[in-house]
Amino acid sequence: MTAKYKPVPREWQLVMDEETISRAISRMSFEILEKDRDIKNLAIVGIRTGGEYLGKRLQQEIQRIEGTEVSYGVIDITLYRDDLSSSQSQPTLRGTDLPFRIAGSRIVLVDDVLFTGRTIRSALDAIIDFGRPRRVELAVLCDRGYRELPIQADYVGKVIPCQRSQLVRVRLSEMGYRDGAYLIEREER
Amino acid sequence: MVDHLLGIQGLSKSDLYRYLDTAHSFVEVSERDIKKVPTLRGKTIVNVFFEPSTRTLSSFDIAGKRLSADTINVSIGASSVKKGETLIDTVRTLESMNPDVIVMRHSESGAPHFAAKHLARTSVVNAGDGAHEHPTQALLDLLTLKQYFATKKRGIEGLKIGFVGDVRHSRVARSSVWAHLTLGNEVRLIGPKTLVPEDFARGAFGTDTIKVYSDLAEGLKDLDVVVSLRMQLERQEEHFVPNLDEYSKEYCISERILARQAPGCVVLHPGPMNRGTEISGEVADGPRSLIRNQVTNGVAVRMAVLYLLARTVGAPEEVSHG
Repeated sequence: MTAKYKPVPREWQLVMDEETISRAISRMSFEILEKDRDIKNLAIVGIRTGGEYLGKRLQQEIQRIEGTEVSYGVIDITLYRDDLSSSQSQPTLRGTDLPFRIAGSRIVLVDDVLFTGRTIRSALDAIIDFGRPRRVELAVLCDRGYRELPIQADYVGKVIPCQRSQLVRVRLSEMGYRDGAYLIEREER
Repeated sequence: MVDHLLGIQGLSKSDLYRYLDTAHSFVEVSERDIKKVPTLRGKTIVNVFFEPSTRTLSSFDIAGKRLSADTINVSIGASSVKKGETLIDTVRTLESMNPDVIVMRHSESGAPHFAAKHLARTSVVNAGDGAHEHPTQALLDLLTLKQYFATKKRGIEGLKIGFVGDVRHSRVARSSVWAHLTLGNEVRLIGPKTLVPEDFARGAFGTDTIKVYSDLAEGLKDLDVVVSLRMQLERQEEHFVPNLDEYSKEYCISERILARQAPGCVVLHPGPMNRGTEISGEVADGPRSLIRNQVTNGVAVRMAVLYLLARTVGAPEEVSHG
């Protein structure tokens, strides 16, 4: 039963372990339900790539609690980024899949780390191209601060105090790692 | 570094898959209610066509518009062009408009390469140069095959593919052959000796692995993919074929011959078709025809090409994201 996980570099500092992440997902699921009991129009939307597995876990947790189906989709924000000319940015498009009606829905966007807010800005633009949702909320596992846009999360797993130059990375079992969030000194580019 | 797409020759397998995977994502964009993404907002794309074209030009135009780029179409009559000097003048004029991408079709092989050499800050896409290359057509053919073979739980490697007809004058065939050689597929060229000379493969592609057939039935045997090429009516005047009736008697792809020689094959045609000359109506409209998918995929492939190239234009700047 001992699943073999890929290791992370030793200098990465663990700030959320398996247990903390699991509790955070559970708590955020209850908070999402508490805010609005009507889940008929609820849809969880994970942002590729960091938010897609977390979104799936949130959806499954909410389904477990409520015992009914909840819509789930993923969006690729690559086409909506404001830094396309930067050759550093990843070119690979992985596609958007929103298999439900956006108009009139309550959407909870999910990402792993909230930092500048630019990804969320892109995601909002992407969502609105598909229709006019009734409301869009935001759930993130880690809020590390240093926003560059007026965006905040409705549901936060954990606030990670850190310096601007540090990185926050989330690794999950779906990617072959033990669940964990890490604080990292800036990597050499 | 400004990137260009001048031909399929020289692209690696991973280059091919990068274009195809990106195009795959753009298929979804064309199926949305709002068929537009803001990705290339503020970028200028000039489609400069020295040869008449409706299909390729409109496909590039739509692709640019769906990416929110500003597209300008310039058609330059071939007869009014004195080669060489005028081309450099045209290129300089276009450069002064400061476009991010120039999509060029020209009757002379190498014209887009010439333009690329003289443009410092503009990506050039070859939309067909003489009998040389037509890379986006080859890519859309590959995407069409990739989609089809995915439904059969297969990839696009290890295939047997045959090109039937006027291979000698076909830039579509030339680009596609390069792609299939890179993928390691078995490539056959099928047609009359005047249009597919025996030493053509070695001369054009520098390889002995391509088999040449002048007998249609023999060449079709067990193929997975048949690419029917357009028979240009001018070839009769140029004496490459005695007359089109006789050509079609020997080389028209009919359901009867396919059912017998390559019952599992699918058929591609770059269009526009001469029904009854190089392909029968029954095959063109039948279940093994992927011709309509090719047209649909044209826009997605061109979006992918424009997206991947336009990224490389403009000053790269480190921007934080998160």
